[in-house]
Amino acid sequence: MNAPANFRQVKALPERLVVIGNGMAGCRAVEEILARDPARYTITIFGAEPRVNYNRIMLSPVLAGEKSFDEIVLNTAEWYAANGIELVAGDPVDHIDRERQTVVSRSGRVEPYDRLLIATGSDPFIIPVPGRDLPGVVTFRDLDDVDKMLAAAEGGGNAVVIGGGLLGLEAAHGLSLRGMKVTVIHLMPTLMERQLDEAAGWLLKTELERRGQTILTGADTQEIIEQDGHVAGVRLKDGREIPADIVVMAVGIRPSTMLAKTAGLECERGVVVDDHMVTSDPAVLAVGECVQHRGQCYGLVAPLWEMCRALADHLTDTPSGYQGSVTSTKLKVSGIDVFSAGDFTGGDGHEDIVMRDAARGVYKRLVVKDGRLVGAVLYGDTADGNWYFDLLKRQEDVSEIRDALIFGQAFALGGGAFADPNAAVAALPDDAEICGCNGVSKGTVVATIKAGACSLDAVRSTCKASASCGSCTGLVESLLVLTLGDEVQAGAKTLCKCTSFGHDDIRRLIVEKELRAMPQVMQELHWTTPDGCASCRPALNYYLLCAWPGEYEDDQKSRFVNERLHANIQKDGTYSVVPRMWGGLTNPTELRAIADVVEKYNAPMVKVTGGQRLDIFGIKKEDLPAVWADLNAAGMVSGHAYGKSLRTVKTCVGSEWCRFGTQDSTGLGVKIERMTWGSWMPHKFKIAVSGCPRNCAEATIKDFGVVCVDSGYELHVGGNGGIKVRATDLLCKVATEAEAMEHCAAFIQLYREQAHYLERTAPWIERVGLDYVKSQMFDDPEAVKRLAARFRYSQTFMQDDPWAKRAAGDRADLHQHLATVRPAPEYV
Amino acid sequence: MPKPVRAPMQAKWLDIGPITQIEPGMAATLPVEGGEEIAVFHTMRGEIYALVNKCPHKQGPLSQGIVHGESVTCPLHSWKISLRSGEALGEDKGCVPTIPVKVDAGRIYLLREAVVPPVQAARAAA
Ligand code: SRM
Ligand SMILES: Cc1cc2nc3c(=O)[nH]c(=O)nc-3n(C[C@H](O)[C@H](O)[C@H](O)COP(=O)(O)OP(=O)(O)OC[C@H]3O[C@@H](n4cnc5c(N)ncnc54)[C@H](O)[C@@H]3O)c2cc1C
Ligand code: SF4
Ligand code: FES
Repeated sequence: MNAPANFRQVKALPERLVVIGNGMAGCRAVEEILARDPARYTITIFGAEPRVNYNRIMLSPVLAGEKSFDEIVLNTAEWYAANGIELVAGDPVDHIDRERQTVVSRSGRVEPYDRLLIATGSDPFIIPVPGRDLPGVVTFRDLDDVDKMLAAAEGGGNAVVIGGGLLGLEAAHGLSLRGMKVTVIHLMPTLMERQLDEAAGWLLKTELERRGQTILTGADTQEIIEQDGHVAGVRLKDGREIPADIVVMAVGIRPSTMLAKTAGLECERGVVVDDHMVTSDPAVLAVGECVQHRGQCYGLVAPLWEMCRALADHLTDTPSGYQGSVTSTKLKVSGIDVFSAGDFTGGDGHEDIVMRDAARGVYKRLVVKDGRLVGAVLYGDTADGNWYFDLLKRQEDVSEIRDALIFGQAFALGGGAFADPNAAVAALPDDAEICGCNGVSKGTVVATIKAGACSLDAVRSTCKASASCGSCTGLVESLLVLTLGDEVQAGAKTLCKCTSFGHDDIRRLIVEKELRAMPQVMQELHWTTPDGCASCRPALNYYLLCAWPGEYEDDQKSRFVNERLHANIQKDGTYSVVPRMWGGLTNPTELRAIADVVEKYNAPMVKVTGGQRLDIFGIKKEDLPAVWADLNAAGMVSGHAYGKSLRTVKTCVGSEWCRFGTQDSTGLGVKIERMTWGSWMPHKFKIAVSGCPRNCAEATIKDFGVVCVDSGYELHVGGNGGIKVRATDLLCKVATEAEAMEHCAAFIQLYREQAHYLERTAPWIERVGLDYVKSQMFDDPEAVKRLAARFRYSQTFMQDDPWAKRAAGDRADLHQHLATVRPAPEYV
Repeated sequence: MPKPVRAPMQAKWLDIGPITQIEPGMAATLPVEGGEEIAVFHTMRGEIYALVNKCPHKQGPLSQGIVHGESVTCPLHSWKISLRSGEALGEDKGCVPTIPVKVDAGRIYLLREAVVPPVQAARAAA
């Protein structure tokens, strides 16, 4: 007889399949094989955990008390028995002998195999900080971890969760439902940054805080504190200490590759497999989170199902192949709907479609490229998540429904008429409410437009629709287009293309609605981009800083380089440094310190500026903190020559020395500079004090100028010596120095609170009119006092020298290089 | 002093440290001895990009610009440069070389041959 063509078919015994890992992928693979050919293999499954296979993703509901363990079991003991599978539970495999084709378990059991399947999942990553091995420090991976957390929660107390990703937040949610006081420590500035953009991450943070959790973002763990041999708290790098009775580390997972690696199988991040889940050894396969397929490792279950299908097809001789997966994420925290899928990094040719509904707490962002959906982030309303995910996976052309896409499946596919948002508005009945804040119906808005209100502004001022929170702006605009066709007048100039609001509305709404953070402003005011642009970010940063002194934390990434580095960038990328010389006065100590810095750092030039002080040129960003330390040592602080802030107070000689001087202009100038330095403003601000009308300090081309006269002080405002010269307007005349200072503070505050970002006092006054400024300051006899008080209050937070902080090591990352690349010694 | 990163010739990718050194929305600089300084960007959404730190307009240090979306606005004259392609966006024309980047287990890697100056590499080969 000839040798059989297929050896297997005539083999007396079925082949032996050994599975390492009794988890979601291992068991699913076995189920898939059994479904295809139940008699093909004799199967043994080794599991490190002392139990049957359960639905790991449901550990979160178990922790939260929403499910019991029995409810999440996937394969019961009966299932293993009925299918002739031997389960070796609680006995992990320690060694694979590929030569002999056997595995050896911890208890010493040796099991031969024809085919071996590695399905060892992942290991939780433990950050290497002191105290990580203490009792009370747990991970979140299996039922034992949940039991430990539940035991800790029994006593109430404090829990710290390190890691604000999917797992960490689900752990935090469970522990807080179990009555613990939970603090989440997250390294990145926004939660779930791998799945959510800044806007959605911020909404999530706000909601969790509202539920009583403390969320610390940008927080780096230094060590875990011990007391009496148990965990007692967590210390952060910035020195803060958070008490903890239990610490959950949920900072990420690593594919569990140890076994495979020691067995000499090809491993990178995961066990490398081909499209049939075969490793570098044809007898060994791998599946689940432990594998790396086409360079990709997965941490979610959906890809596992696909992998298991391909694996089973291969093992039953009907190879199909796995192509890799696109994944989507949902957070399993009851009452919080979050969905994300695909790539939403944006970029060339990527268009963002953003919809925000502040009232309902909804944020949706779709990323479209070449007419196809490539990414989606949904917060607050995830009903259409699956539909978007489907469009994304199928790479369907969405150009036809693009305009209505963001409104969801029902709307976008609700017939051709509705694919156009204008048409949807047209279809609304006359009594449909358009503006919820002011109770204005569609009929009223249309009537107002027909009566001559042909711009957004006009509608707002006539019938008040969209004049409050502004969330119906889009609807009113649609009605304008529908009613007037092409004659619609462009509304007020918007801050930038990310918003339909102008500067004034934004400033007003920040205060009215108490908006205290940039993502909150963007959410409430319906920004059309996820994180703004180079125009609106600095403006919003300033508006928030001005509205909430002492509360709002300055956002360095929203600052122009000069303000971020507290020096002026030059054409060659070096910086110039201008220390303050109060009122233009100086002394030998200061001059010596400046001379020393010039020499020590080889500054190629030092020059007297037009602002009565000295400018040191050619300093590298790395050297700035050291230069500042030297200048600080001589008592000098930042001159803010780089800032949208007070620049200089120029003075002249005045009554102290000058034969014409009427008042102590030098002294007053110094006092004014001491009062006003450090303040952030809409644009730069310059002051001068001249001792007599000869005006040697050029006070009448300054933002605020004082001209001393015999009987007191003339106060001038709105001057500019720059691009378009404008002489000042006389604001008023006062009798005393104290009054001059008070008016100066009041005027600055009015400008700070009302001007548009990047509008100097001259164009501002041209726009609003001197009379307006006067009425704001003088109609109410208390106005000057109140404005000045607000300015002084804000100054209590501004007048610490930014240079001193940097010299002391604050934000060293902004000055240092990441590293220096040097060619390796072997090739120098 | 920042510690130097040696560029051993065998390694294809150059490890330049953890991603957490750069705050999202910011950039950091990486001088290269005998080569062009590199700007490494971390976008607000968490992506890492690297460009030669020279604006195609007048060599402004792009690392110091404002990062928004997937572009950076140059600090000198506000050209907008794509972090993906290195190309100037809008009406402006010009392009700056990009450096291939990969992020693995929280660390940033740059393609060695795009970082280390060819002269050195040639000398090494000789
Ligand atoms: C250093 C200095 C020139 C000098 O060597 O004297 C200077 C240098 C610059 N000026 Fe000035 N201005 C300087 C006094 C002035 C003056 C005179 C004065 O303050 O009495 C004026 C006219 C007065 C005025 O502002 O009304 C002046 C009107 C401008 C303008 C036009 C402003 C305008 O509103 O029209 C700009 C452009 C701008 O701000 O957008 C400008 C911008 C600049 C910038 C910041 C250009 C830039 O964006 O890089 C220069 C920075 C150089 C640097 O790196 O240090 N500089 N600049 C002076 C610094 C004064 C100080 O001690 O802080
Ligand atoms: C709390 C939690 C919530 C989750 N929520 C979601 C979710 O909402 N959506 C989602 O898609 N995914 C979620 N996941 C991820 C999902 O659970 C995993 O993707 C999935 O379980 C991976 O399957 P696996 O078989 O590769 O690994 P596992 O399910 O971890 O199985 C691996 C098994 O192998 C065992 N093992 C390891 N080494 C050995 C050895 N040497 N010998 C014997 N046995 C060994 C392990 O003990 C483990 O039981 C969640 C995970 C957790 C922990
Ligand atoms: S002109 Fe007037 S202000 Fe100027 S120095 Fe002389 S007296 Fe003083
Ligand atoms: S150098 Fe970058 S814009 Fe001019």
